Amino acid sequence: MSNKVQVGISINGKKVQKQVESRLLLTDFIRDECNLTGTHLGCEHGVCGACTILLDNEPVRGCLMFAVQADGCEIQTVESLNHVDGTLNVLQQSFSDNHALQCGFCTPGFLMTLTHFLKDNQNPTENEIREAISGNLCRCTGYANIIKAVQQASQILQKENSNCSVVSAQ
Amino acid sequence: MKPAVFSYLRPTNLQEALTFLEEYGEDAKILSGGQSLIPTMNMRLSAPAYLIDISRISDLNYIKLDGDFLAVGALTKHKDIENSDLVKDACPLLSEAIRWVGHTQIRNRGTVGGSIAHGDPSAELPCVLTALRGEIVIANVDGSEEVLVPEEFFLTYMLTSLQPEQMVKEVRFPIIPQESGSAFVEVARRHGDFGLAEVAAVLDIDNEGHLLNVKIAVGGVNPTPIALEQVEEYLIGKKLTDEVLRQVSDLTQESVDPESDLHGTAEYRRELAGTLTVRALKIAVERARGGEKNV
Repeated sequence: MSNKVQVGISINGKKVQKQVESRLLLTDFIRDECNLTGTHLGCEHGVCGACTILLDNEPVRGCLMFAVQADGCEIQTVESLNHVDGTLNVLQQSFSDNHALQCGFCTPGFLMTLTHFLKDNQNPTENEIREAISGNLCRCTGYANIIKAVQQASQILQKENSNCSVVSAQ
Repeated sequence: MKPAVFSYLRPTNLQEALTFLEEYGEDAKILSGGQSLIPTMNMRLSAPAYLIDISRISDLNYIKLDGDFLAVGALTKHKDIENSDLVKDACPLLSEAIRWVGHTQIRNRGTVGGSIAHGDPSAELPCVLTALRGEIVIANVDGSEEVLVPEEFFLTYMLTSLQPEQMVKEVRFPIIPQESGSAFVEVARRHGDFGLAEVAAVLDIDNEGHLLNVKIAVGGVNPTPIALEQVEEYLIGKKLTDEVLRQVSDLTQESVDPESDLHGTAEYRRELAGTLTVRALKIAVERARGGEKNV
């Protein structure tokens, strides 16, 4: 029996069809087959969270899935976050403003986890933020600045949303 | 590290999955959420020749009431239990425990059947199932089913009585009556990590505060989760006085046999099991008195 499998995955809105080895991890598919190297591989056993991506809009560990399992699914990676003109989105900008990264290796995972978190929870408490990022490890700076960045981003997003609802009410 | 080569099979129904198991048996592993299996494959602790990916067998994904049980299909994801009002209502202990399973990212993929079949002694679901005296429904290749109780199913560390050609089909959690109180407590190094020790308890009290129908299990401190039968018997008809709680802690510590590792010594774990049992009992009694049912 062949160990090659056919997979079709939508990545950041673009359909990708490939014949790959069944043992290829989803993260390696994203990095090596799609040249999207923003998604990082750290521990490869589901502890560090650097490989976090959105699979059908939910955060998952890219290293704990085979590419073939994502056949027919939609994926968003860190490359999907910035605006079309290349500028940073609110969360990314808040990370930059608050020095919420040092070496940056863990950052893509944090950004993807928090992108989903802020969608569900626009006004999080510090404890909720801490629990949300409990599945992502940072070994440079600790978490204080990351928490500040999330607080800043949530304030901006709340303001933007309230402006939007004013506009739509008119 | 990267997993070894394997052949990938994706059955679309239970019978097809069982036929693959019959054919490849010991050379095959069932893959559902993969949150326990894929790490072991990445570290080359396991290298099955065939992976049978059952994640698309949608009839195994359900949460429903069935007589005295809350029946959960093997492919139900942890996050579905976490978000289920039916689970909150029928088995609040399960709702409370599920939030301790891994992190959001893990709960989005991990399945109930996977957690049970993996048989990790410090995992939350086996502990809850043991406390409640739940059941595990196993599918055989010939279409027949077997129903096992936790002490028949969990044999030792990561080892269950599941045969190579069998599959976990459903996990049955007894429904907890509204007037009962339950609690799940755990201590882990980091929220979402495997617990150093954890305790699940459910009980009733009479009008004077005497305990009835006490069921307690502890996980992470023995090769399998264990029901604390000695403690349960001791507690029937008693009130939770300081003296009783001291006795509970002593009895718990006598019942467990933890090992030392880099996260904690055996002595620490033993004491933790006693402390957590006392803590779980206090919370469960408070809830049985009509306090808040869910945390």
